Amino acid sequence: MAAMASEVPLEVDLPQLERSLRHPREIFSYFMSLLTGAATLAAMFPLLSVLFLLIRRGAQTLGKATFTELPPAAMMPGGGIGNAIAGTILIVFIATLISVPIGILAAVYTAEFAPESRITQAVRFAAKVLTGLPSILAGVFAFAIVVMVTGGFSAPAGGVALALLMIPTILLTAEDAILRVPSRMREAAIGMGATPTQVVRKVLLPTALPGILTGIMLAIARAAGETAPLLFTSLFSDYWMSRTSPEFLPKTIGDLMKPTASLAVLIYNFSGSPFDNQIAMAWTAALVLVVIVLLVNIAGQRLAAHYHR
Amino acid sequence: MSSENVELTAAGAASGNIAGAPRFVETLADRVFRQTTFAIAVLTVGLTVYLVYTIGHAAMPALETYKFRFLTGTTWDANRNEFGVLPAIVGTLYSSILGLIGGTLFGLAIAVFLSEHFLSAGLESVIGALGLEGRRFWAALPDGIENVLRTTIELLAAIPSVVYGLWGIFVVIPWVRPPADWLHNHLGWIPFFGTALSGPGLLPAAIVLAIMVLPTISAIARDALIAVPPKIREAAFGLGATRWEAILAVFIPTAATGIFGAIILGFGRALGETMALAMLAGNANVLSWSLFSPANTLAALLANHFPEAGTAEVGALMYAALVLLAITLIVNIIGTVILQRAGAQLKGLR
Repeated sequence: MAAMASEVPLEVDLPQLERSLRHPREIFSYFMSLLTGAATLAAMFPLLSVLFLLIRRGAQTLGKATFTELPPAAMMPGGGIGNAIAGTILIVFIATLISVPIGILAAVYTAEFAPESRITQAVRFAAKVLTGLPSILAGVFAFAIVVMVTGGFSAPAGGVALALLMIPTILLTAEDAILRVPSRMREAAIGMGATPTQVVRKVLLPTALPGILTGIMLAIARAAGETAPLLFTSLFSDYWMSRTSPEFLPKTIGDLMKPTASLAVLIYNFSGSPFDNQIAMAWTAALVLVVIVLLVNIAGQRLAAHYHR
Repeated sequence: MSSENVELTAAGAASGNIAGAPRFVETLADRVFRQTTFAIAVLTVGLTVYLVYTIGHAAMPALETYKFRFLTGTTWDANRNEFGVLPAIVGTLYSSILGLIGGTLFGLAIAVFLSEHFLSAGLESVIGALGLEGRRFWAALPDGIENVLRTTIELLAAIPSVVYGLWGIFVVIPWVRPPADWLHNHLGWIPFFGTALSGPGLLPAAIVLAIMVLPTISAIARDALIAVPPKIREAAFGLGATRWEAILAVFIPTAATGIFGAIILGFGRALGETMALAMLAGNANVLSWSLFSPANTLAALLANHFPEAGTAEVGALMYAALVLLAITLIVNIIGTVILQRAGAQLKGLR
C-alpha cells in the first residue's frame, strides 16, 4: 500500500488539479454559471414588464367609477368595469359551490376510506387527466351540457366550466392534506370509539383544513383568470345582471340564465378594439384581475407555508 | 382541537360509557356519509368519462360527414360548409414546439440555477468576504433572496393568460417587429424568415407561450435535479469534476427522465393554451414555415369561431375539439408515465 501511495503522485499532473481560471474547463464552468444566472434574470423580465405596464397603463383610468359603472361605448369618456367584476365574482362563486364539495368528498374517499381501491386509482387518474385538460375544452363541455340544453349563454354555464377546472386542484391538494394528518391522531379517535365518519369530521378535516383551504384558494385564483372556458359559456354582457331579489327563486334563476360579463372576457374583447378608451379599460380590468388573482394566490401560499411549519 | 375531543368523549359518555359502541344514529350517519363519498368519487371518474363522451358524441355527425377530409383540408369557410383543420393542427404543433424550445432553455437554466443554489452560494461568499456572516440578518439574506426568486418564477404561472395576451399585443409585437423586418429583408431566402411580420404572427405567440410554459418546466425539472441522490453528487465532485462537468455529465443525465417528463407536460400545456394564441397568432389558416407568418391553432380556432357559430359549424368545431382532446390526452399521459418512471428509477439509485 505504502509503495503504491508513493508512486501515484508521480503520474498526476498536479497543476491540472488546481482550481484556477487558467484551465479551459474552469473557464467553461464559470461561463455556464454566469449564463444560467443571466437566463434566470432574463426570465424575471416579462413578469416585471407585465407588472410595470399594468400599474402604468392600468392605474390611469382606475377610480371609483371603475367599480360602479358599466363599460364605455367606443369613444365615450369615463365608464368602468363594475358589471364585469360582479360577473367574475358570481361565476367563480358558482364554480366554487360546485367544485368544493365534490373535490373534498372525493378526497376523503381516496385518502381515508379506500386508499388502495381500484376506484381510488381511477379517481387519481381522472384528476390527472382533468389537470392537463386544455381549459377551452372545459368550455366546450359546458357548452354541450349546459348552453345547448338550457338554450342560452349564462353565468351557471361558465360556472360549470370553471368548476371542472377547479375539481382536480382541490381534490389532489385535499387528498395530500388529509394524508399528512399524523396517523396517531386518527388512531386516538378510533380508540375512543369514533365512527369513521366522526374521525373524518372531527379530526381529519379540522386538522387538514389549512391545506385544503390552500388548494381551494389556488383553484379560485386560477379560475378567476380563465378566459377561454367563458368565451362561449357566459359570453359577455354590456349591462348589469338584473337584480330582482325580492321575488325569490324562480325569477332570480331565470335572470341568472343570461349572458354575463366577466373581467377576463372584457380584457379579451377590448384588447382588439381600435378605440383608445376601450384599450385603456382593458388595461384597468387587467390590473384589477391580476391584483385579485395575486392576492388570492399569495394568501393561499402563505397559508400553505404556515401550515407546513 | 381540544374542544372537539371533549365533544367526542361527551358523545360516548351520553351513550352510557366512555368509548362505548356508536349509537344507531351514528352508525347510520356513518354509512350514509361513506356511501356519499363513494358516490362522489365515482362521479369524478364519471365526469371525466362523460366529458370525453360528450365531445365525441357531439363531434360524431361532423365526423361522419367530413371523415379524414377534415384533417387534411386547409380552408375553414362556414358559408360554404367547408371545414379543414390541417393549418390549425400544424400551427398548434409548430407554435407549441417553438414555445417549448424557449421555455425549456430558460426553464432548465432556472432549474439548475435554483437547485445548485448558485445565488445563495455566491451571496454567502460575498457576505463572508465582507465579514458579516455572524449577523443574523446577513446570514439569512441569501436564502431569503433565493426564496423570493423562486416565488417570483411561480408567480409567472399565476398571471392569467389573457393578461399575457394583452401584454403581447402592446409589448412583444412592437418589440420583435424591427428585428423580424431586418431578418426578412436580409435573410428572406431562409424559409423561417420567408414573410414579413405584419402584426400578429407565430413568433410573438411562441415567445409568450415560452413564458407561460417556463414555470411548469422549471418547477418539475428543479424537483428532478434536487432528487439526485447526494452520494452521486459527492462522487462526481470527488473525481475532480468542475461544477458544470458534474452538472452536464452527471446530474442532468441522472435527472433526465424527470426533466423529459417536465418537458412533455410543458408541451401538453402549450398545446392547450388558448388566449395568448387567439390574441397573438393572427387567426389565419395559413400553412407556412415562416416564423413571422400569421397562423392558427386548434384552441384559437375554437375560441374565435365558437361564440358566433351556426349548427353546422358547431359540429365541425366539436370535431376540432375532439382532435385537440386526443392530442393533449396522449401527450399528458406520456408525460405522467415518464414522470412516474423517473421516480421509480431514482428509488433504485438511493
